[in-house]
Amino acid sequence: MSAALVVAGVSRSFGGLTAVHAVDLSLEPGERHAIIGPNGAGKTTLFNLIAGELAPSAGRIVVFGQDVTRLPPERRAALGLARTFQINTLFPNLTATENVLLAVQGTTPTKLRLHRPIESYRHLYERAAHLLDSVGLAGKGSEMVRTLSHGEQRQLEIALAIGGTPRILLLDEPTAGLSPSESQRLVRLLKRLETSLTLLVIEHDMDVVFEIAERITVLHDGKVIADGDRDQVKASPLVAEIYFGSD
Amino acid sequence: MTARRAIPFSACAALLLAVPPFLPPYPLTLLTQILIFAIFAMSLDLLLGYTGLASLGHAAYFGIAAYAVAILATRSQASFWVCLLAAVFAATAVAAVFGFVAIRAVGVYFLMITLALGMVVWGLAFRWVSVTMGDNGISGIARPTLFGVSLASPLPFHYLSLAVFFVAFALLWLVVRSPFGLSLQGIRETERRMRALGYDVWLHKYLAFVLAGGFAGLAGALWAYYDGFVSPVEVHLVTSVETLLMVALGGPGTLFGPILGAAVIVLFKNLLSIYTKRWLLILGLVYIGVIVLTPKGILGALRGARR
Amino acid sequence: MNLAHGSYFLLGGYVGLTTAARTKSFALALLSGSLAVALIGLGMERFFLRRLTRQSLPQVLLTMGFALVFQDLALLVWGGDPYNIAVPAFLAQSVQAGPVFVNFYRLFIIGVAFAVGVVLWLFLERTRAGASIRATVDDAEMAQGVGINVPLLSAGVFALGAFLAALGGVVGAGFIGVYPGLDFEVLPYAFVVVIIGGLGSFHGVVVGSLVVGLLDNFGKALFPELSYFTLFAPMALILALKPTGLFGKR
Repeated sequence: MSAALVVAGVSRSFGGLTAVHAVDLSLEPGERHAIIGPNGAGKTTLFNLIAGELAPSAGRIVVFGQDVTRLPPERRAALGLARTFQINTLFPNLTATENVLLAVQGTTPTKLRLHRPIESYRHLYERAAHLLDSVGLAGKGSEMVRTLSHGEQRQLEIALAIGGTPRILLLDEPTAGLSPSESQRLVRLLKRLETSLTLLVIEHDMDVVFEIAERITVLHDGKVIADGDRDQVKASPLVAEIYFGSD
Repeated sequence: MTARRAIPFSACAALLLAVPPFLPPYPLTLLTQILIFAIFAMSLDLLLGYTGLASLGHAAYFGIAAYAVAILATRSQASFWVCLLAAVFAATAVAAVFGFVAIRAVGVYFLMITLALGMVVWGLAFRWVSVTMGDNGISGIARPTLFGVSLASPLPFHYLSLAVFFVAFALLWLVVRSPFGLSLQGIRETERRMRALGYDVWLHKYLAFVLAGGFAGLAGALWAYYDGFVSPVEVHLVTSVETLLMVALGGPGTLFGPILGAAVIVLFKNLLSIYTKRWLLILGLVYIGVIVLTPKGILGALRGARR
Repeated sequence: MNLAHGSYFLLGGYVGLTTAARTKSFALALLSGSLAVALIGLGMERFFLRRLTRQSLPQVLLTMGFALVFQDLALLVWGGDPYNIAVPAFLAQSVQAGPVFVNFYRLFIIGVAFAVGVVLWLFLERTRAGASIRATVDDAEMAQGVGINVPLLSAGVFALGAFLAALGGVVGAGFIGVYPGLDFEVLPYAFVVVIIGGLGSFHGVVVGSLVVGLLDNFGKALFPELSYFTLFAPMALILALKPTGLFGKR
């Protein structure tokens, strides 16, 4: 069976600064993988490269056997790649339900229909309600997103990302700014996701990382310095020096 | 539509249907004018309020349709339906070409490009004298006879305008409430997220641009018959910005806002020009006042007051 | 985005006209027209536009309001007739050089344009203030952070823009005259120059104005009925290929 996501020798530089340097990654379908590393290690840049917001200076990105290196974000999304953003990137002046509807219809041809009110697409609403429910936002559907709390907006980020039934999900610091209890609820939600879903997550909270991920890649100065299961990564002296050394 | 909104909505529609026969000719023609500009303003709001694209050249599509009617009706004596179809088609087709150039641009560039494209059309209207009669404009556009009724007098023509207005409103209402309409609002809010969710943002913006051009054309065709005269003023930048003012004044992102804005501006301009020669000055002050006093438009201000 | 920029050109021409008529001095006309309009620009920036930073639609509507007000006030003060500024006698003459007549005033216009261009370029590229302007255009927040007085700078730049537009208006008033409607006639030219050249590019403006001048003149001579089309259509083509203009960044 082919890998879900392959990142092969991907680099990206801004001016003279190399943010991501010859990174290799390979994720099997259903794999739960975390990327850790200090601030400025190039984690979010790597995400933007995988999602298609940035073009790599070198290297290839392959999703389910298809080379997507030159495809724009929307085409990658159509192939089943979804992401969340580190800073909430929602639709503040639409309701929570409308936010999720946009995600649900985004990977279907329905998005271009303009001859029927959206209310007549019952199945979209049912799925949106189900998604809101599953991220713990049941009953918040008719609220404007800008009036939701930060924690609720983080939950909605997840609902938007899984709304298009992706096969690969990129989560950029899903627990950033959450209280410990909110964070725990999010972890439970992530663990309940379908086992076939491939998960790549950037996270600072090591408890969360060890709970969600089977494999961990450590990024430092744009390079992969360690890669393996949690024990291997914990045991790596290089990681301890660079990453845990500061604790 | 929910029952809560259906009642005032039907009341408005009934009022619009019932009142015209009791109006004296001048107020009636003003009401006709309001309906035509309401269609025009709603079409622009599809771009401005729903998609978040401020076009500075929207009068181009209004004007092209008006000129299409003027030329076909005066030179070829074409029938109403032929003129109407040709006018809307011409406006849509030009929007399809212009959209191709304009939609790639973002921010200030979009403003400047739509302005310049609008000026292309204005330049043709102004200079291409053999076709457009230049600054003199084309006059003598006769109103048609439809189903045995002559539309020459104000009342029957008003009902034609009202019928077109209802059709345009219903179609636009459907568009903004459709899945596509929601996607436009998503683009207005956060374009980047829309890409990540799988939307071809260019395509959605482009379709909205072309649709808006078509509806502006519908309004322009009506205007040619209403006024019986078309000149480069119809395609001028000032007309484009005036329509933006209607939308901004009424409240962008709703269909009722532009209607309200069109009503206010049309009444204001017409009534003011009766009482003073300095109406342009006062209109200028209105622009300034709108921006300084009501950044969210009349509807926004009302809503804010209620909270 | 300032739709009143054409009004600056118009007002400059009118103020210059009145000054020239009263004082019989063309130099004073140039000075008074440009300075008066620079003050108007300064006032607009300080009291209205400053709070609309980065909000292009309100800017458009506000400046359109000012454009209408200026247009009507100009009509009220100067009436609807076209006027030409009397230019000094030594500039009004022409000499024959071989087969062509050379009009001194045209040479004067070219000279002014060249001088303004050189001074502006030196100012932007070689002075501290110019460097601050470029830094602010690139990143206003960062510029503020390193101690550049951004509000003062934008006011200054805005006034300078108005000053130059008005200078053009006075110079132009000796050549094409001043008349109602001139404001919206010159505005698209300014926009097209900037669009073709690319925002924030000095070379772009120079190349853009050459392109526009040539297109406009050849267009008018070769296809008089389509002259605006020959001006705007190539612009649309350039944009289709390069959305930020020939020399635009990003």
